Amino acid sequence: MTASSLPAASVSGSNGDLRFDLRLIADMVTPGARVLDVGCGDGALLQYLARTKGVDGRGIELSMAGVRTAVRRGVSVIQGNADTDLADYPSAAFDYAILSQTLQATQRPRDVLAHLLRVGGRAIVSFPNFGYWKARWHLLTKGRMPVTQGMPEEWWETPNIHFCTIKDFVVLARCMDIVIEKGVALREDGRLNRLSATGPWANLMSAQAVFLLRRRDMETPT
Amino acid sequence: MDAPNNQTILVGEDRPIRLDSGVDLGPVTVAYQTIGRLNADRSNVIVVCHALTGDHYVAGTNPVTGKPGWWDMMVGPGRVLDTDRYFILCANVLGGCMGTTGPRDINPSTGRPWGLGFPVITISDMVKVQVRLLDALGIDKVFCVIGGSMGGMQVLEWATAWPERVFAAVPIAASYRHSAQNIAFHEVGRQAIVADPNWHGGAYHDHGVTPHRGLAVARMTAHITYLSETALHRKFGRKLQNRETITYGFDADFQVESYLRHQGSTFVDRFDANSYLFITRAMDYFDLATEHGGKLANAFRETPARFCVISFSSDWLFPTMESRAIVHALNSVAANVSFVEVDSDKGHDAFLLDEPEFHETLRGFLDGAARHRGLRPFPAKEADR
Repeated sequence: MTASSLPAASVSGSNGDLRFDLRLIADMVTPGARVLDVGCGDGALLQYLARTKGVDGRGIELSMAGVRTAVRRGVSVIQGNADTDLADYPSAAFDYAILSQTLQATQRPRDVLAHLLRVGGRAIVSFPNFGYWKARWHLLTKGRMPVTQGMPEEWWETPNIHFCTIKDFVVLARCMDIVIEKGVALREDGRLNRLSATGPWANLMSAQAVFLLRRRDMETPT
Repeated sequence: MDAPNNQTILVGEDRPIRLDSGVDLGPVTVAYQTIGRLNADRSNVIVVCHALTGDHYVAGTNPVTGKPGWWDMMVGPGRVLDTDRYFILCANVLGGCMGTTGPRDINPSTGRPWGLGFPVITISDMVKVQVRLLDALGIDKVFCVIGGSMGGMQVLEWATAWPERVFAAVPIAASYRHSAQNIAFHEVGRQAIVADPNWHGGAYHDHGVTPHRGLAVARMTAHITYLSETALHRKFGRKLQNRETITYGFDADFQVESYLRHQGSTFVDRFDANSYLFITRAMDYFDLATEHGGKLANAFRETPARFCVISFSSDWLFPTMESRAIVHALNSVAANVSFVEVDSDKGHDAFLLDEPEFHETLRGFLDGAARHRGLRPFPAKEADR
């Protein structure tokens, strides 16, 4: 996926402030789809998807403040936890399960990934890349856990307990026999990196990545 | 604002209502209040279900007590239940004592008050009567059913027994089944009533008395369960009532005692003791899971309704855990559900009080649901300007 495949000016009005990585995710969702956004925050993405793509969306969010804001926005969100509450949902209940900037904060990322692909035929996962050169440089020169723009907390206060690199993620996907349909790497300023997201350079040069995944037994897109 | 409109109607005249107990009851008088205007396609109806000791006087002035309706702050133009957009309807429950048929009314077959001869009713029976009311008013599908506590139980019954007639459902501070602890508290209240010599086996009307002492104790006990320890302490602490020191007696030395006695004594003026017995029993019997083969999720299978489940963090009568069980069941059938636990230290009664976070959440949910339903506010009336 490249910048040219992104629809221009797809955000407008009150949605203009939708974060660029969320827009990337939104662009991967087909109109009218059933979407579960796990770790949906204040529901901005779900609201955007409902308005622009007629998506039937649901959310799970850990923070009560996020849930309240989302419900006030008219988005269907429950207070819950990716590690425990995904198991409630029946298989194939959704077309897409989205996990945006949340994988690294889960107790069991592998189980969460498996559940995402069970409840949604496809999953869209974004996460900060621990293999980014600034993180590596920080660790190499300072000998301390990296604190960067994308990972702003000290090690003792961060909710992120399972950091991984883009390469780590690709290896896990392979282990779990997950098909990577699309991968997008982003620079620290949130703009697109035109490198192959699964290649070694993206792992060094990108602050975060977004992957569209599907189960092996799902039909390929037409 | 359109003034609240209080009316009564007779339902089940030709076709009695088959109660869960197997008894056929009819005709039944239903007292109800409406606020706002029904739109052309009758799609803007919000059914409000009241709690155990509530009534249909939601908004305006309650003609019995002279006080504001129990959800007056919620209802009106631009308020959460916006009468510029929605048509609000609330009926006194079956078994009640504010106008809908209950044990205080005359049993047509004996010509005397029903008393304990009134059939034992359930939450489901209460909703059946509301459905008949809507049939009589020509309302097929309601935009939203909303209620707190026992009202929330009715909401769940509405959404599961009549799913095709409910677009959105908001059970607040409620549960899918009455817990052992709650049945226990109810039993204390009932025993207080039954132990009052004025009760006369439920036939107190024949003796020209009421079991007001027993009913007051029932209310005092129940009232404690509606508040949180924090709220009670904040309000009263150990403050003394109109005195400098304790009196070494059993007068109401403490403000909290005086408050409870007041709650008890005002309650008996407006509520019928037998109604209290029958309605608390209906709550005790409520168990949606058992009614659906022991699995709550079965109750919600294929439900098209949008749910918004709301609980309050300090509610120990209907704790968040019970709302969460409803949410888990709804998730397991991929139903459309929102769930918010509102941070409040006001206990179970928070749903009746000024809780901005609760109100804003509810407003947001209703706005979202109204968008999906295609409901628009009425254009401003010329006369209003």
